[in-house]
Amino acid sequence: MDMEAARMIGAGLAVFPLLGVGLGIGSIFSNLIQSVARNPEARKELFSIGILGFALTEAVALFALLIAFLILFK
Amino acid sequence: MHSPLEQFTVKTLIPFHIGDVDLSFTNSSLFMMISALGIFFFLGLGLRKPSVVPGRFQSLVEMAYELVSTMIQDNVGHDGKRYFPFIFSIFLFVLFGNLLGMIPYAFTFTSQIILTLGLASLVFIVVTCIGFIKHGFKFFKFFLPEGAPLFMAPILIPIEIISYLSRPISLSIRLFANMMAGHTMLKVFALFTMLLGIYGISTILLNTVLIGFEVLVAFLQAYVFSVLSCLYLSDAIHMH
Repeated sequence: MDMEAARMIGAGLAVFPLLGVGLGIGSIFSNLIQSVARNPEARKELFSIGILGFALTEAVALFALLIAFLILFK
Repeated sequence: MHSPLEQFTVKTLIPFHIGDVDLSFTNSSLFMMISALGIFFFLGLGLRKPSVVPGRFQSLVEMAYELVSTMIQDNVGHDGKRYFPFIFSIFLFVLFGNLLGMIPYAFTFTSQIILTLGLASLVFIVVTCIGFIKHGFKFFKFFLPEGAPLFMAPILIPIEIISYLSRPISLSIRLFANMMAGHTMLKVFALFTMLLGIYGISTILLNTVLIGFEVLVAFLQAYVFSVLSCLYLSDAIHMH
């Protein structure tokens, strides 16, 4: 296999963690919506916690993206 | 065509060497100075003539103050009030760094791992010192959670120590990777627009949305950085 093709495949494989991140962010927001539906008064507090969870999960996606970018444009 | 990673190169503006140590004034230091001056003028102008009914600038400063103040109140509690200046400076410095990077042709100094690692190690060292000053040698109890059975200690203690030592690494890599990946992504999408030529007009809307998203991320990452510093501080003060 030539080197360029191997690099492209590697970059593609490097964003595989997005599968888990997608599931994680989906679960965070589905639970957030459920909690707000059950107790609308807690919306403000829950939202800030939800955003914190979102940022921490999203960071994992960006690590993966970073590796892919580093492989693609070295 | 330039590589999307080219925007992160540190360029020397004024060369300055002491022996083998390179202390040159770079574009990174220039933007750090701009951000420090920006914070100075932001707070100074906002509070020049404080009035009961705040003007535009003053309400911005008050919003930033309230945000960090409630963050410390919620996460650390009453004992955390003393450390407000520390958390507030970190929050403003990271926020200004992230937002300055959103200006076209500006350099994002928070996308340099050395800077974020320095900030995170500062937080780590300060928090550890506070823990030892507050609790003395009892601080080592931190590594064995209360109520854990004693025979679990050989497993739990190494895990706790590793998780404690990896804090500055995860804290710094989160900020660095977010800023770097975000800015690279913007460049890559801008490249798509350029490759489309005249049809690139259709993707400009997408690019605008992405820039808005990046501004949100810039704010969010500064917030997350200071919230996590608060949580570590709370751990050191209250011991779990």
